[in-house]
Amino acid sequence: MKRVMGAALCALLAGGVAFTAHAETKLTIATVNNGDMIRMQKLTDDFTSKNPDISLEWVTLEENTLRQRVTTDIATKGGQYDIMTIGTYEVPIWAEKGWLAPLDNLGDDYDVDDLMPAIRSAVSKDDTLYAAPFYGESSMMMYRKDLFDKAGITIDGRLTWDKTLEIAEKLHDPDNGVYGICLRGKAGWGENMALVTTMGNAYGARLFDEEWKPTFDGPEWKAALDMYTNILGNYGPPGATSNGFNENLSLFNSGKCGMWIDATVAASFVTNPKESKVADQVAFTEAPCAVTCTGANWLWAWNLGIPMGSQKVDAAQKFISWATSKAYLELVASKEGWANVPPGTRMSLYENPKYLDAAPFADETLLAIDSADPINSTLKPKPYVGVQFAAIPEFQGIGTTVGQQFSAALAGQMTVEQALSAAQASTDRTMRKAGYY
Amino acid sequence: MEKKQTPLSYLSFSAFAWVVGLLIFFPIFWMVLTSFKTELEAVSIPPSFISFDWTLENYAEVQERSNYFKFAMNSVILAVGSTLVGLVFAVTCAWAMAFNPTKRTKDALLWMLSTKMMPPVGVLVPIYLVFRDWGLLDTRFGLIMVLFLMNLPIMVWMLYTYFKEIPTDILEAARMDGATLPKEIIFVLLPMALPGIASTMLLNVILAWNEAFWTLNLTTSDAAPLTAFIASYSSPEGLFWAKLSAASTLAVAPILVIGWFSQKQLVRGLTFGAVK
Repeated sequence: MKRVMGAALCALLAGGVAFTAHAETKLTIATVNNGDMIRMQKLTDDFTSKNPDISLEWVTLEENTLRQRVTTDIATKGGQYDIMTIGTYEVPIWAEKGWLAPLDNLGDDYDVDDLMPAIRSAVSKDDTLYAAPFYGESSMMMYRKDLFDKAGITIDGRLTWDKTLEIAEKLHDPDNGVYGICLRGKAGWGENMALVTTMGNAYGARLFDEEWKPTFDGPEWKAALDMYTNILGNYGPPGATSNGFNENLSLFNSGKCGMWIDATVAASFVTNPKESKVADQVAFTEAPCAVTCTGANWLWAWNLGIPMGSQKVDAAQKFISWATSKAYLELVASKEGWANVPPGTRMSLYENPKYLDAAPFADETLLAIDSADPINSTLKPKPYVGVQFAAIPEFQGIGTTVGQQFSAALAGQMTVEQALSAAQASTDRTMRKAGYY
Repeated sequence: MEKKQTPLSYLSFSAFAWVVGLLIFFPIFWMVLTSFKTELEAVSIPPSFISFDWTLENYAEVQERSNYFKFAMNSVILAVGSTLVGLVFAVTCAWAMAFNPTKRTKDALLWMLSTKMMPPVGVLVPIYLVFRDWGLLDTRFGLIMVLFLMNLPIMVWMLYTYFKEIPTDILEAARMDGATLPKEIIFVLLPMALPGIASTMLLNVILAWNEAFWTLNLTTSDAAPLTAFIASYSSPEGLFWAKLSAASTLAVAPILVIGWFSQKQLVRGLTFGAVK
């Protein structure tokens, strides 16, 4: 009897070992819902056919929900996700806290040197990648060639905000449903603050001085906010304080904006005839400067990172390597066309004539991303990393509060001076509480 | 003395009720309409009302991208499960409070309700840690427990109100006839409070179905209900209203159908105390 039981136990153990050897590794991936990410989900058969021992489970969430969800999970070491989609704001903070696993095994053919230097530096710490960029963006101006021609406007060199104001005035024709300029007015650190901070940079401002003290009481911010409220308040669409990226995209695609300064990824939407009524009338140029061009356009990327403590780091790195590789760009091109490959991460893409042919916005996108530097993005020295944000945990709250004050100034509920004074006071309070000084 | 209603006041009340009804229904109607538009038409200004190219492409894409039935099944399990578990506790609590009150019963009731006033995000991290340590993250069991506890104060309050309307004499008569406590509750109290229990259950199902904080924060894939399904169709960059509307229509459809068929019961239950 003992012998039979022993044999059965051995068989069970052997079976267990055999089962373990062939067990499938399931990777749970948290991501945002945008065109490039959805396309990746549809193409994952390519990855699973090459890696039959790995299966993928996608959790797609709205951006703010995703941010709250993955932050809770990574801070509490919940272990619900093996791969997280995170922005360039989170990467340096989380890498510093030791929450992200270094990506040091992406494979020999990954070609890390092909990553755009600005993007690479935004997701690295001590020359080690802590997340791999899936797509990157800067900001630029999209404008209506037909309206410019009609008004006799030509663009000669990089625009200044003063010149942009003049053009907006000329194009503004609300009686015929055309507004001079569309800009983000919705309050939020990733909404109006993304734009206004780049305007501040262009006017020589910075979020914090070398001692981490806010600088909203300086003349540079006054000039920037005066311009913002003037140009958008007088030559923008009504109800601009409710407009974020998607609202402005709808307005521009409906032919209601003469100019729109926003993310470079918008270029593929506004030139897509299926989505845009003005697809063949759009041209691109760099975001305007003022006293400087330093930091006049932002830098952002959605990246794939692995939470520290994940039990599936090897499988996760395999997936990240596949999703952010040069081969993946070719895979997308072969299935969906070159215009649909995720932009802004690899230099080789911008040397590819097929991509340059398919994407009329490629040169401007490259120019914008190349000129954005998260380390040197202000005229005066600054202690933080980031062009349109400061990569410190307190910035989300600060950015949202200040964004609300700027939005109130745009709506006319307070003056520019009052908004800046309130922004200075609330930021000063937060920074003191956080122990920066 | 009762005032006789004039035709004019009847008409004005009817018109007012219709206007309010249409105002409440309009967002749902617009959502359904938008789900049949293309993304470009969904955001076009001025919006097109009926004269647009009707399309089912959003529903096709939603079906292609997400396993709707898995999410819907989780919603049903969570809503029904949390309601049934909640009912067991709520009936016994409400019985004790309605028929055997103490000096502190009113305080206890108010305290229970006050727990609903706390913002859930305040306890997110502690609950997340408990779930992590007990292995309850992304499990239906864990979520049923949270939803049942979350809605328990409302269930107790509703049932307490209904039970208070039932004469104590009837329960005492049952006791005189030799009914034990469980028999008294099951065979005497529950049949008499059935409309109230039905409406409490329906309301709890609706609350659990629509709950979107805990269901989003404590699930990833296995236990994710329709709230997570809808949340996956909002996009930070790109047009998404038509697809989001299609996903939302699919998500609210089951509860709309249940609500439609049970509206009589629901209204009767909700006005049970008022018309006595």
